[in-house]
Amino acid sequence: MEALKNFFRKDLVQYIIKRILMFIPTLLLISILVFFVIQLPPGDYVSAHISALASEGELVDADYAASMRADYGLDLPVWQQYIKWVKDIIWTPTDTPYYRLYHSHHNWKFSFAYGRDVWSVINDRLGITIGVTAIIMLFQYLVSLPIAVYASTHQYSVGDYISSIIGFIGTAIPNFILAIVLMYLSYKWTGSANVGLFSQEMLLNGVHLYNFGEFLKRMIIPIIVIGTSGTCGIIRSVRAQMLDEVARQYVLTARAKGVSEGKIVMKYCFRAAMNPTVSGLGGVLSSLFSGSTVTAMVLNMQIQGPVLYKALQSQDMYLAGGIVMVQAILVVVGILLSDIALAFLDPRIRYSGGGR
Amino acid sequence: MAKKKSKEDYYLASQWTLMARKLKKHKLARVSFLILAILYIAALFADFLAPYGLEEFDGLYKNTAPTNIYSVYEGEHIGPYVLKITKSINKTDFTVTIGEDLSEYYKIKFFVHGTPYKILGFIPCDLHLFGVGEGSKGGTGAKIFLFGADSLGRDIFSRVLLGARISLTIPFASAIISFFLGILIGSISGYFGGVTDIIIQRIIEVIGAVPQIPLWMALSAAIPPGISTIKMYFYMTLILSFINWTGMARVVRGKFLSLKNEDYVMAARISGVSTWKIIWKHLVPGFMSYLIVSMTLGIPGSIVGETSMSYLGLGIKSPATSWGVLLQEASSVTDIASHPHKLIPIIFVTITVLAYNFLGDGLRDAADPYK
Repeated sequence: MEALKNFFRKDLVQYIIKRILMFIPTLLLISILVFFVIQLPPGDYVSAHISALASEGELVDADYAASMRADYGLDLPVWQQYIKWVKDIIWTPTDTPYYRLYHSHHNWKFSFAYGRDVWSVINDRLGITIGVTAIIMLFQYLVSLPIAVYASTHQYSVGDYISSIIGFIGTAIPNFILAIVLMYLSYKWTGSANVGLFSQEMLLNGVHLYNFGEFLKRMIIPIIVIGTSGTCGIIRSVRAQMLDEVARQYVLTARAKGVSEGKIVMKYCFRAAMNPTVSGLGGVLSSLFSGSTVTAMVLNMQIQGPVLYKALQSQDMYLAGGIVMVQAILVVVGILLSDIALAFLDPRIRYSGGGR
Repeated sequence: MAKKKSKEDYYLASQWTLMARKLKKHKLARVSFLILAILYIAALFADFLAPYGLEEFDGLYKNTAPTNIYSVYEGEHIGPYVLKITKSINKTDFTVTIGEDLSEYYKIKFFVHGTPYKILGFIPCDLHLFGVGEGSKGGTGAKIFLFGADSLGRDIFSRVLLGARISLTIPFASAIISFFLGILIGSISGYFGGVTDIIIQRIIEVIGAVPQIPLWMALSAAIPPGISTIKMYFYMTLILSFINWTGMARVVRGKFLSLKNEDYVMAARISGVSTWKIIWKHLVPGFMSYLIVSMTLGIPGSIVGETSMSYLGLGIKSPATSWGVLLQEASSVTDIASHPHKLIPIIFVTITVLAYNFLGDGLRDAADPYK
């Protein structure tokens, strides 16, 4: 209790505020990079949209096209376009004909491809994306931490090699192939390919306790495919840290004093080795978001990755920008949380004001 | 006496000799190194090892499974041979039955003349390690497809070898570029500190926070269409290095932060050694082994990355090939169910990635001076 009270002292609050302030320029830079990335491919959404309409035989008059271009500020200088883009993602101008045609009440810019405003498209899948990512992350750590601890305490043994190979195999096989093969095997053995996260019935009635088992069953392949792709990195870094720790003097001292081997490993070495692991949480989160995109496309999972992919393909710049910003914010929040957890674990960091 | 000698050797050995010695102890790393060496040599001489050229195809052999190799013909042992295949279509349900034409055999020959190519890019040659010659009754048209054929009737074995050139070298080249970028930017960040450090750290954080798929997509969408394979190769390398340098820069910065206040650096500074000389002569060599480890461990990620990129159609495009392009053929459950041989390229991807990982692990253990 005392420890917890100490933890929430002023210096920690200051530390968190400092981190949040540092977060603002990061977000600004992310938005510039995202804007740059969206602008890179030749052409723009309006011309693509108009040529698509034209190919369907719809007549697009020049005035409409021009008003759309003006709406999206496509003929302005680049820096003005950027400012407009950021402004439009946050507040949409309400006096353009385009806006009146499509907008109802939200403040986010309209997504062409979905015919709805960006925020509602993102909101549809945000919860499930965070949930799925959290489950997969939990699996990753549950699998890789025991393997890493075992491998480090039995260095160069057969067990070390075998467990490393198991841990590495998921990284070595590209996700999409693993997903397809598992789908095929699932189809062969159970008669159902278990594609998608929800069954027809769940889409109608929602996920409840009685069909939660079915949902978990559908999570198995995604967990294996996406989860195992990240275990390698975690196993390696924890194993390396553990190997560094078990060679330290204090371990020798503890052993000389008769502390049990299990206690030395779990209570001292493992806790010390957890520091870099916790600080790597943000990176793991980020790789989960991008690593899951291809798998989600193959497995037809209802998460954000495939929507982003399609938005980028069709240069739906407000939707793509919105999703990337939301994901980036989640990752930065993840880094922030892991920094705070790190400060909790390691008093040196919170006293020095947190140098990463 | 001999013992004293070996002890002397140990104390006089350079850092690299010690590393090599420790690396020998890591069996998995040794095996991995051997496997990688074989793969790279095979890629270098792919034209010679592959029985067919990159674009050679045979419509008869579309989607066929690996060719059977026999050695006994009508009760007589005649050495390895293959049979020509026959295709018959059932007119009612249009199923294709593939059979073998037993009337004549085609012996597998070594050092046969085939598609012309250039050894190492400049010596013209048309010799291939093996191939199928004329039939025993003068017939032609039999092919040997060790790993089967793809949907256009091209030899997967040849294409795996030829694709290895791109799949094995792009990640390697981009690792080297990100290696130098990482050292340069990381050292600036770590050595100068202050505002420079804050700005560079934010940039690294930003590149890390933006999901990789959109980065890839946008960068590869920016590649102008219809460019030559060599240019495409160049762009792909740049894209991968642009994404990968941040990790290296972080490692370098961390090392600089802990080393820049060491006494020997201070001594060098007081003696009037220039900043760049301190960085390159005194600081970087101190943790070079560490950096090479990070570089080795960065390569497998790029190999898988290249595969996924090509799978999404964002990477190398036909007729040029890479392992990712080959795997496009295995992109649905029906492909795998009806033509499981199309999964063969995955074995090469997996083996290469595992080998790089184990080699990197072995190097890491070897580079650790406290063991």
